[in-house]
Amino acid sequence: MPQMTMVQALNLALDQSMESDDRVCLMGEDIGVNGGVFRVTQNLLEKYGEDRVLDTPLAECGIIGTAVGMAMYGLKPVPEIQFSGFTMQAFDQIEQNMARMRNRSRGRYPISMVMRAPYGGGIRAVEHHSESREAYWAHTPGLKCVIPSGPRSARALLKAAIDDPDPVVFYEPKAVYRAFKEEVPDEPESMEIGKAKIAREGSDLTMIAWGAMMRPAAEAADDLADLHGIDVELIDLLSIKPMDTETIVNSVSKTGRCLIVQEAPQTCSVASEIIARINDNAFEYLIAPVRRVSGYDIIFPYFQTEQHYLPDPDTVIEAAKDVVKWE
Amino acid sequence: MPTRTASKRSTTTEKVAERRVTEVVAPENERPMRKTIDLGEIEDLQILNEEGEVDEALDPNLSEDELKKIHRAMVMTRKFDIRMLAMQRQGEMGTFAPGLGQEATQIGQVYPLNSKDWFSPSYRSFGAQLWRGWTLDGLMLLWAGYYEGFEIPEGVNDTPFSIVIGSHVLPATGLGMAAKIRGDKSVVVTNFGDGASSQGAVAEAFNFASVYKAPVIFVLENNGWAISIPAEKQAAVREFARRGAGFGIPSIRVDGNDILGMIVAAQQAADHGRAGKGPYLIEAVTYRMSYHTTADDPKVYRKDDDVKAWEAKCPIRRFEIYLRNRGILDDADFEKIGKACEAEILEAREKFRARAKAKPREVFDYLYAEMPPELKEQQEEYFRKLDRKGVE
Repeated sequence: MPQMTMVQALNLALDQSMESDDRVCLMGEDIGVNGGVFRVTQNLLEKYGEDRVLDTPLAECGIIGTAVGMAMYGLKPVPEIQFSGFTMQAFDQIEQNMARMRNRSRGRYPISMVMRAPYGGGIRAVEHHSESREAYWAHTPGLKCVIPSGPRSARALLKAAIDDPDPVVFYEPKAVYRAFKEEVPDEPESMEIGKAKIAREGSDLTMIAWGAMMRPAAEAADDLADLHGIDVELIDLLSIKPMDTETIVNSVSKTGRCLIVQEAPQTCSVASEIIARINDNAFEYLIAPVRRVSGYDIIFPYFQTEQHYLPDPDTVIEAAKDVVKWE
Repeated sequence: MPTRTASKRSTTTEKVAERRVTEVVAPENERPMRKTIDLGEIEDLQILNEEGEVDEALDPNLSEDELKKIHRAMVMTRKFDIRMLAMQRQGEMGTFAPGLGQEATQIGQVYPLNSKDWFSPSYRSFGAQLWRGWTLDGLMLLWAGYYEGFEIPEGVNDTPFSIVIGSHVLPATGLGMAAKIRGDKSVVVTNFGDGASSQGAVAEAFNFASVYKAPVIFVLENNGWAISIPAEKQAAVREFARRGAGFGIPSIRVDGNDILGMIVAAQQAADHGRAGKGPYLIEAVTYRMSYHTTADDPKVYRKDDDVKAWEAKCPIRRFEIYLRNRGILDDADFEKIGKACEAEILEAREKFRARAKAKPREVFDYLYAEMPPELKEQQEEYFRKLDRKGVE
């Protein structure tokens, strides 16, 4: 199996989906000749031509709105929004049409499309280039939202999202784009949307993270085992909506303690929802209150200070020790 | 009574007054310092004037049967409008948007479409929807708040309207882009109002359609009002058709109360799209004779006299003069047709009443192809609530 970065793995998934289904088409700003600002769509214009790889005008609302129409026609558009911070321009079309068209048309016009967007902090970018607003999409009926954490899950989840009959918001942790390589099989590989993965088994504490936060969480889990004798069960959430309540509840029922790591602002966040589900389904197993290491309810800091905002392994370790100590 | 005389108001090619833009050229350049950029011309079209006089040179010469069919559709639209208002006032109908006075704009824009073409309407569109095959009782169900009303009739590619102003125009453009990509000959008609033309999403739609040469016919129904805001306050230019020209879209301004003018413009726009030449914009100048919706009171913001002035321009009245002068239909026929339409609407109302049954257990349906487990749980809880309340 070849080793590849997340960017290469995403490119592979797009290429294979386009190869096997001529309804799949890409659209977005600078995705054609330029291959995307992060190069995720590199070489696809040359391979599939201008009818399937559309370099669009600079208008996010226009990209998502026209993609919805293309999906209504029976194509499977995969629009890219250059940075998730710019999805706000498209919120209109996401909420009015992308999420609702199947329902409004009583099933006549399903919207099988994937909105890809790089999200999250840690790349020393300018304003509006570092947000994690996945909670918006989880809060919008009609959408699905998934976030891979590494090259292999990125490839498999993107294939699953493209094959899905409903609209999927696909958030790509851009801090992970080229951070490390993983083995990715040549043959198309998929993954069930709505299923989390146990990345590490453990008995003392359940830790839940997704996307770029899986790295500090995994590092913290290693140190907690090696230095503090705390055996962490780490869950890679992968699917924000629908969410794998069962895997979370089973794990928390076993460990009795839970810590959630996210870079998004706290209030009404995905972490809040996880806590609510644990409350509903595993309250009687809890030994300690569920805690979260989270971003704050502030505008994402300018990049000279972002390292203090983002959850890091040390902060996760301290929070984990607190949860385990609680009696 | 005028007979078929050529109207003085034949097609005039209006030079848009402010279209000259000057460009400053660097002084060292040999060329003149300032030159004029030609931004093209916008046609102004009227074939059947308000006195019912026709410009014979421009008459599309439709067959008698076609003319009768169009006339009946316009009458049906108006009678339906009136009946819906009565039903709303009697508490049988939800809030709805009357289209009184816009019958020619409505029927004309969809006239050249076939069943493979797409129609993506705004909510003030039941004239066009009826023409496309939506049923009277279906539209009643829709406006009375029943899901079944949104079921799209088999055999046409129509879209349900969206309530947020102008939000359907981008997907309509995407339909046209997809048709182009797939090499199909179908065209898309999408309509919206003078108010919607202020929306950024509509401007983006013009641009995408133009860049990709998508076969989209934008019908900008300038009916003078966006609830209480008059067209004069909506835009600083008087000709909304300029909106298209600015995006490189061939644009025409049509008397929207002239059914023949609307049909000719729509046909020309459809031909343009089918020939692979891209989008077209039709500004249909008409007037919203009635309320914005039944929840609105126009007396707050406009004078009765303004509305009266448009009564003389009634699209049905002038078309009936034309039909009478050509000896196709007479006053007795008009009365008979009106009564037949009313009878059909009353019959549909009975069907509507029989079908009007709320189905609270369907509210979770059609959200996803397959209901995710977390939603299933919520549905079960909701069903238990209905059970407790004894709701079917």
